[in-house]
Amino acid sequence: MTTVILLFGVTVLTFSLIQLVPGDSMTASLSETALNDPAVVSAYRDKWGLDEPVTTQYAIYLGNLLQGDLGISRQTSRPVLGDLMTYVPATLEIAIPAMILSVLLGTGIGLYAALRHGRVGDQVVRVGSLLGLSTPPFWLALVTLYVFFYVLGLAPSGGRLSSWITPPPTRTGMLTVDALLAGQWMTWWDAVQHLLLPVAVLTCLTVATLVRFVRSAMLEVLDQDYVRAARAKGLPTATVLRRHVLRAGLVPVITVSGLAFASLLSGTVLVEQIFSWPGVGQYAFRAASGLDLPAVLGVSLFVAVVYTLVNLMVDLLYGVIDPRIRLS
Amino acid sequence: MTALLDVRHLAVSLPGAGGQVLPVIHDATLQVSRGEIVGIAGESGSGKSMTAQALLGLLPERAQVSGSAVLDGNTELVGRSGRAWRTVRGTRIAMVFQDATAALHPMLTVGRQLTEHMREHLGLDRRAAEARALDLLDRVRIPGGRGALRSYPHQLSGGMRQRVAIASALACEPELLIADEPTTALDVTVQAGILELFDELRRESGLSVLFITHDLGVLAALTVRAYVFYAGRVMESGPTGELLLRPRHPYTAALLHARPHADDSWTLPEDGVTRPDEAAERRTQPLVTIPGSAVSPAAAPPGCPFAPRCAYAEAACTGELPPVTEVRPGHAVACRVLPDLTEVPA
Repeated sequence: MTTVILLFGVTVLTFSLIQLVPGDSMTASLSETALNDPAVVSAYRDKWGLDEPVTTQYAIYLGNLLQGDLGISRQTSRPVLGDLMTYVPATLEIAIPAMILSVLLGTGIGLYAALRHGRVGDQVVRVGSLLGLSTPPFWLALVTLYVFFYVLGLAPSGGRLSSWITPPPTRTGMLTVDALLAGQWMTWWDAVQHLLLPVAVLTCLTVATLVRFVRSAMLEVLDQDYVRAARAKGLPTATVLRRHVLRAGLVPVITVSGLAFASLLSGTVLVEQIFSWPGVGQYAFRAASGLDLPAVLGVSLFVAVVYTLVNLMVDLLYGVIDPRIRLS
Repeated sequence: MTALLDVRHLAVSLPGAGGQVLPVIHDATLQVSRGEIVGIAGESGSGKSMTAQALLGLLPERAQVSGSAVLDGNTELVGRSGRAWRTVRGTRIAMVFQDATAALHPMLTVGRQLTEHMREHLGLDRRAAEARALDLLDRVRIPGGRGALRSYPHQLSGGMRQRVAIASALACEPELLIADEPTTALDVTVQAGILELFDELRRESGLSVLFITHDLGVLAALTVRAYVFYAGRVMESGPTGELLLRPRHPYTAALLHARPHADDSWTLPEDGVTRPDEAAERRTQPLVTIPGSAVSPAAAPPGCPFAPRCAYAEAACTGELPPVTEVRPGHAVACRVLPDLTEVPA
């Protein structure tokens, strides 16, 4: 329910953005040739109800949205929704693996640091995560590209596939998945190689935040009586950690993971730019610098929807993990 | 017959800030025999809980433990490695914590928490472990059978939670149960039920319990012998009745004296209504306190730790440790002065 209200609020915000654009939203949305054609102009005014009061305009905007009509991008001259459908999978293809890796590594390293609290291992992790936190994403992306492509020649320079490889038939839009579905192993391997660097850079960025958080969450859990009680029962350390410590520490970890996913998405803008990765980040960047209003609104709406869905997932996961939430 | 648990000269210190070493237990010597409930009494910070944790190897890794603690005449507990502890914890010594709400994992079912160590130590499969868990629930008087096994701790009342914790401690038939203030977090009526349960378990299955408490009433109700701790040292030890009725250590006497006496002046007025001014007037006995505040084991003077607060202290008390005198068989007192305490009301 809250999710629905949130999404509704988001549409109000994006709609207000249209109203706030200096001048006319029409001049911002249509190209000059289109503006000179009275037929196009009146069709546009009619479609978005520009001669109606603001509230009616909003209702029309919402109606169009529900039909999947986000307007036409000025730069690509294609429907914004169609554009998003091609760019979003590319972004998800690096964002999802980066997120999974971040959570796994972050939990592992954070727990390790908590177990070695105050000792050398802990100090190394702390300095490492501080370095990770203070490194600007674009710098890290440039350096890895320089080292792994230019110096070592181990990785491709960017893009999603080598130019001589035909993309697999589109099903999900994620090349690795599509290649697997089509059984094209060579294509899959090439796509994976292209993924490695951007995923690694994104992972470095989020993992640092996660490690710090997991470490303090686990330190707190390790000091709980139920962990002491589990040890007093004579359970093997591995069981105590897996069943008792990790489970309890997971709740805060999920909270931060949700937030980290958000910051990871904003990190993709720069990373995609440097690795010439045709994802939403690049699309948003070009839309913003070209004052492509429908595209900007489309991306904002997409990001807002993702945030809301991630929040919803976080809430659902709480219930799965913690019976106190599930049963109340 | 050798004691089930024989602790001699146990000393524990923890590393403090700036590399110095903070002693928490100085020189604790105590015994627990089979089928006996032995009490440890003392104020907060007197080292009672630390003793319990030392006996199960639950202290922080950097804690230094010396002395000896022998279980059943054959198993030395001091200086065990992590792996070696697993043959003792749960199976031979089990522990019940102060606050069952904190000591039960909030996200695991009661059944899981009762059976996980059974399956580990006794090699039972799921079904056998569950059957045994049902038996245990019965033994600690938890109704509900299988339904109770499927519930989570937050669905139970405080008293039930502590019963679950006790059942979990008993799961692998330990020889010794260490109970660290198991009734402190409970209502008085619930507390009575739990104490009754401990006594039943002792009578029925010959369980030995080391019962830690700061409540002298609980001590009197449950234990046969007791050790009074102060600042990480044993001040006085002996049969509980004798300790409480005829204490020989000024600290024990002061502790007894400091109990609130609710029974003395509480008679209802004829109409059954207590007026504020009357109530104030009737509070004839003010609460008695021990002058000064409890010292931490680290800050204690080189001599008797109680000397700065003791009404009977002499000059020699602060400088040197008091000798331990056996005033009667089994009743030992660590006091240099051994004053006549007969006027102190028990």
